[in-house]
Amino acid sequence: MSWYRAWLRLYPLSFRIEYGDEMTAIFAERWRAARGPRERAALWYEALLDIIWSAPAAHADLLKQDVRTSARSLRQSPGFALATILVAALGIGATTVAFGLIDHVLVRPLPFPGSDRLVKLYQDQSFRGYSRIELSPPNFLDWKREARSFERIAAYTTASVNLVGEGEPLRLDGVVATGDLFSVLGVPAALGRALTSMDDAREMPRVMVLSHRLWTTRFGGSPGVLGRTVRLDDEPHTIVGVMPPHFNFPTREAAFWAPKRFTDYDLEDRTNWYLHGVARLKDDVTLAQARAEMSTIAARLAEAYPDANARNGATVIRLRDEVNRQSRLMLWALAGASICMLLIACTNLASLLLSRALDRHRELAVRAALGAGRERLARQMLTENFVLAAAGGLGGILLAVVGMPLVARLVPTSLPIPDAPALDGRLLALAVEVTVATAIVFGVLPALKLAGSASVEGLKAGARAGASRSTERLRSLLVVGQVTASLVLLVSAGLLIQALWRVQGVAPGFEPTGVLTMRTSLPVPKYETTARRQQFYARVLDEVRAMPGVRQAAYISFLPMVMRGGIWPVTVDGQPEDPDNTHTASMRLITPGFFDTLRIPVLVGRDVMDSDTLDAPLVAIVSQSFAERHWPDQDPLGRHLSLARGDLTVVGVVGDVKVRGLEQESEPQVYLSSAQVPDVALPFYAPRDLVIRADVASESLVPAIRSTIARADSEVPVSDVRSLASVVESETAAREVQVRVLAGFAGMALLLAAVGVHGLLAFSVSARVREIGVRLALGATRARILRQVLARGFLLAGIGVVVGTMGATWAAHVLEALLFGVNPGDRQVYAAAAGVCMLMALAGSLLPALRATRVDPLQAIRAE
Amino acid sequence: MPPPPAPESLIPLSPAVFHILLSLADEDRHGYAVIQDVAARTGGEVKLGAGTLYRSIQRMLEQDLIVETESRLAPGTDDERRRYYRITPFGRKVARAEAERLAGLVQLARASGVIPGKA
Repeated sequence: MSWYRAWLRLYPLSFRIEYGDEMTAIFAERWRAARGPRERAALWYEALLDIIWSAPAAHADLLKQDVRTSARSLRQSPGFALATILVAALGIGATTVAFGLIDHVLVRPLPFPGSDRLVKLYQDQSFRGYSRIELSPPNFLDWKREARSFERIAAYTTASVNLVGEGEPLRLDGVVATGDLFSVLGVPAALGRALTSMDDAREMPRVMVLSHRLWTTRFGGSPGVLGRTVRLDDEPHTIVGVMPPHFNFPTREAAFWAPKRFTDYDLEDRTNWYLHGVARLKDDVTLAQARAEMSTIAARLAEAYPDANARNGATVIRLRDEVNRQSRLMLWALAGASICMLLIACTNLASLLLSRALDRHRELAVRAALGAGRERLARQMLTENFVLAAAGGLGGILLAVVGMPLVARLVPTSLPIPDAPALDGRLLALAVEVTVATAIVFGVLPALKLAGSASVEGLKAGARAGASRSTERLRSLLVVGQVTASLVLLVSAGLLIQALWRVQGVAPGFEPTGVLTMRTSLPVPKYETTARRQQFYARVLDEVRAMPGVRQAAYISFLPMVMRGGIWPVTVDGQPEDPDNTHTASMRLITPGFFDTLRIPVLVGRDVMDSDTLDAPLVAIVSQSFAERHWPDQDPLGRHLSLARGDLTVVGVVGDVKVRGLEQESEPQVYLSSAQVPDVALPFYAPRDLVIRADVASESLVPAIRSTIARADSEVPVSDVRSLASVVESETAAREVQVRVLAGFAGMALLLAAVGVHGLLAFSVSARVREIGVRLALGATRARILRQVLARGFLLAGIGVVVGTMGATWAAHVLEALLFGVNPGDRQVYAAAAGVCMLMALAGSLLPALRATRVDPLQAIRAE
Repeated sequence: MPPPPAPESLIPLSPAVFHILLSLADEDRHGYAVIQDVAARTGGEVKLGAGTLYRSIQRMLEQDLIVETESRLAPGTDDERRRYYRITPFGRKVARAEAERLAGLVQLARASGVIPGKA
């Protein structure tokens, strides 16, 4: 019988209490009636089957009943229900967004089969501060031939080309890659074929593979594109394949993939570092083994080619790890903030539920007196809390769906992943997990606590006070927790805002407002000769400068901050070449008027002039830091430097520009006259970015400029039309998003904490009306009562501030790399955050405190 | 207290509930008696398990199909007190509605010739 009783534990407790004895009695009776072991065995079999079937059903019955009761009771207090659901939704939504992003960027496998075996290869030039330098073609080919750690190795580089012959000329960013790329990645084409190593041979016809997006936007998604020939920069290419919709490599911008064919020049120069290496590790080779092998190979090459490869090592990293530290840290900061948010939400919910539970103390006591066991009451409350959590979870998912695009700027562009996490089962599962965790934290504890205290005792008047004391302690703790988390959020947000201001305060070295920019890339071989290009620039610039409202216009290779590379080794006269101490500079070709257009000050000497042509001595304009580095306290004018195989005379010094962006150190700059470049040389640096300073709204100029360019050459596409100001602003876009999110979190946290303080004190005052009444009757002044209630609020906030300061110090330390030099211990920020917290406490305590002073002693004493 | 629902709203009944109602229709019985009665009526075809029985009883009590009468000593047992259940007028209505539904089905079956009988 005791066995049967043990099995009955599968039923809900209330059911067991109600029917357990009778069920056991029935079993006993049938046991007595059963004859022989066979009948008894059959009896056991039937009984177990019965229990296994009906016990879950009994649980389900209760659940249904409890959900119905919960819905009814929540409908009766819609304000409470709404507040709870909203708070839960905020916490769950924030956490889902943050961890969804982290999962998307840092955790989820990249969308390639066996993606954990994909690695990137770089030359390691740590001796001059760069551990990830692209490969030169001869080094790549040697690595590829010698390395045994990889199934396959491929190289690629990005390419911008003009697509002509399909409607409007179009500027495309794509990839030229060795044919192995697609077998390294392991992704076949969706239509036709991807590139293969056959395509690498120079004599093969030129082919290209389209991205799904280009295929649908430009070619109408027609399967007939296969075999069609289009012109990329005047070279006919045959379309042989279309990649699947979600294939992005190396970034989501890539619109096409064409074969990389090494020229003779490529094969000669070991210092022409521009290839990205990507490889797939063999199944039985670890990353460490591959690193060791590549180091050995690099060392051998360094010995064989000391001029080019001395001290060059090899860097092998997982493709997954191509996320820079700053992006990573921003995401983790977001996650930390969302956890703070969730904690605050949970404590607020727990507090809300506790006070509701106390309101219902009598009701529960009545139910307990009527025979409802504690288990039934706890169960009922748990169900109610889970119903609330589920509703909050749903709201949270909605918030996450709405909020995800707002933080998509935090997804780094350096990864082959879409710009926002897919709203799929994984994200949903995450939201559900967060919801369940929330429900457990805020739902289970109060329910258990309350059911425990619900007893017949609760019916007696005055018992409320005893139960409320311990609840008050718990709630005080919750309030302290809220203030703590709020302070951490406030300090983090404050520090990051300061960092943002500081970054925004960095002078870019030019005046971006009022400058319109656009890109007109000139196709080769049509524009192979310098004279041809200069003709185009002159015609466009003359017409643009003549437009009403235009002050100045010029061309440059690449805008600052748009292209951060273009760094060249440079030597200056009188300073012999020292391999240990190579100097580098950022090199750009410009047309006359560039400095004037961007208001970069010409400090000494002159701008390039129309007369600086190939017939005249080669000139260079250097930036101030360049002059100071090479000719401190000397006149830089007339000095010589050699760069890009040219011997140049310095004719001017200009202000420095933040070529690498606001947050990074930039190399000194050297500007060359675009008219002084020999034909065919430096095609990559041929000026393509048009800059126009105008007094009129720049948008109004765009149509006229477009038609000017079309008149100059109808096959030259116009792309990247934007203001220079927006280029500078995009430098801080990710920071701004992060700061906005964090500040939003901090604001919500403060609000929730204020509600928490208010709720606690309001409750405590109303529980002590009698005590306050007595004290007033005994002669306490109202000011004293006021002070005491306020002091309580301040005390809790104060403890929260102290604990929070410790947490914030730690958080600030973690964030240090994001702070752009702002002191993580910045006193002002901490003081401001603490002040805001205390103000919040004051706001939360004021109403209850005032209510306490309005207690009428006579009424208070009589009411009891 | 909400008004009692229409008998039809509980139709169709689960077989266990219907059998319990039939068993209680002629006299008040305790749980084990219901099990025995149902088994006897169906020639041993339907054997209600104790768990199934009491889960049904719990729901039937909530739905007001049956009520618990005073518990008393079961005849034939020595000193065990047993709870007796009685069908309510509402329970009778529901049982009748279910029986009519089943009868209607049987008529349909006859009409289509699936089972023999008066057409």
